[in-house]
Amino acid sequence: MTTDTQHADTWAASPAGGRAGFTALAALTAAALVGALYMVFLYAPREREMGEVQRIFYFHVASAWLAMVAFAVVFAGSILYLWRGRLRHDRWAAAAAEIGVLFTTIVLVTGPLWARPVWNTWWTWDPRLTSSLVLWLMYLVYLVLRGSLPESPRMRQFSAVYAVVAFADIPIVFFSIRWWRSMHPVVVSSQGMNLEPEMVHTLVAACVAFTLLFALLFRLRLGVERARLEAQRLRRILLERE
Amino acid sequence: MSILRLAAWVAWKDLRLELRTRQNFLTTLLFAFIIIVVFNFAFDPGSRAARESAPAILWVAFLFAGILSLANAFAMEREEGCMLGLLLAPVPRGVIFLGKFLANLAFQTAVETLILPIFVVFFNVRFAGGFLPFLLVVLLVNVGFVAVGTLFSAMTMGLRLREVLLPILLFPVIVPVVIAGVKATALLFQAPAAPGWIHWVKLLAGFDLIFVVVCYAVFRFVVEEAA
Repeated sequence: MTTDTQHADTWAASPAGGRAGFTALAALTAAALVGALYMVFLYAPREREMGEVQRIFYFHVASAWLAMVAFAVVFAGSILYLWRGRLRHDRWAAAAAEIGVLFTTIVLVTGPLWARPVWNTWWTWDPRLTSSLVLWLMYLVYLVLRGSLPESPRMRQFSAVYAVVAFADIPIVFFSIRWWRSMHPVVVSSQGMNLEPEMVHTLVAACVAFTLLFALLFRLRLGVERARLEAQRLRRILLERE
Repeated sequence: MSILRLAAWVAWKDLRLELRTRQNFLTTLLFAFIIIVVFNFAFDPGSRAARESAPAILWVAFLFAGILSLANAFAMEREEGCMLGLLLAPVPRGVIFLGKFLANLAFQTAVETLILPIFVVFFNVRFAGGFLPFLLVVLLVNVGFVAVGTLFSAMTMGLRLREVLLPILLFPVIVPVVIAGVKATALLFQAPAAPGWIHWVKLLAGFDLIFVVVCYAVFRFVVEEAA
């Protein structure tokens, strides 16, 4: 762990992956998002029973998908950090956790918006809703834990340990909550949504666009971290000169 | 010496300390007792609502009391550099985890053993599904809860926000344990006991297995920097 500062310096100083690559990614993401918006509102047919509100579904599912990707990245980054002790992997986990919490929040907000007219209730303790809520809580706590410690190898190790424990917990949370609800009569069954081909296309497009968005946000967030570390390094150099 | 024997030594150190002072034990016991008393006021005594909520109240009392004592499990090692001494012991880090885990487990079980009769009297519950299955559920919940709790307790011991952070870290992760404990208990308290409780026992066993192993494996990362 003594080389931690050096890791930080080399990571911050390494080239940020090229300006052109970033611009291309940003342009591609923008195009994909516009395309997805077009498909969601104009290409996909109007759902017969639910009406326009059903269009939330595309972004809702795409956000849920993205949150899953993000939490997998948090786990991978944390394991790698515990194994190799490289600062970079810790930052992957931190960046992905923030994005994951953001998109789980979107899932939890768009869900009730859709459920109110369709299920006639904002919230129901349906297995999937409850699991998303618990997941959201765990990763929110991960960020709280990071924030409550000063930047140090200790903070990075603690948060990596918590991320590993939380990830190992996910399958058990899903199972327990599913059983918890299935013991009760299910008031609202999950929607028997028969998707039209156009709807499937739209859903795929939304997921692709959101995945690109994830890549973009991830890079931006890592860029911020790099800049922060570089500023720290420069300040250290200045203090040494005095 | 085998790992378990070494762990037993670490556990014995903690338990002997507790037996001599009894400070932590008595306050935890009192806390659990007060929770049960306070919850009695929330319901009409003897009403259906009170009967139906009994398993939930029991577990709230057990787990909240457990969190309180877990917060102290490592805090006492902070005094006089005890943690450093413990880490200097020529044993793998996992042994320290197992020792602490065993001590906390014994502590938690002892508190529950004394609280349970009071709970039975206050809430007038019957163990329709048999006492042994109930005991099994309690033990399995304890193992999972204390394993994760011991790890997080070691993590939060040096932090300023220790008292708040520990429950915040712990409760989302033990959601499956809470659900399984409450559900299995409710099924066992029902007049004709429902057979579904065995599913929850299996879930608890799975949780315990996974988390004892995971916590044992990652414990060294938590104490490496803490001393």
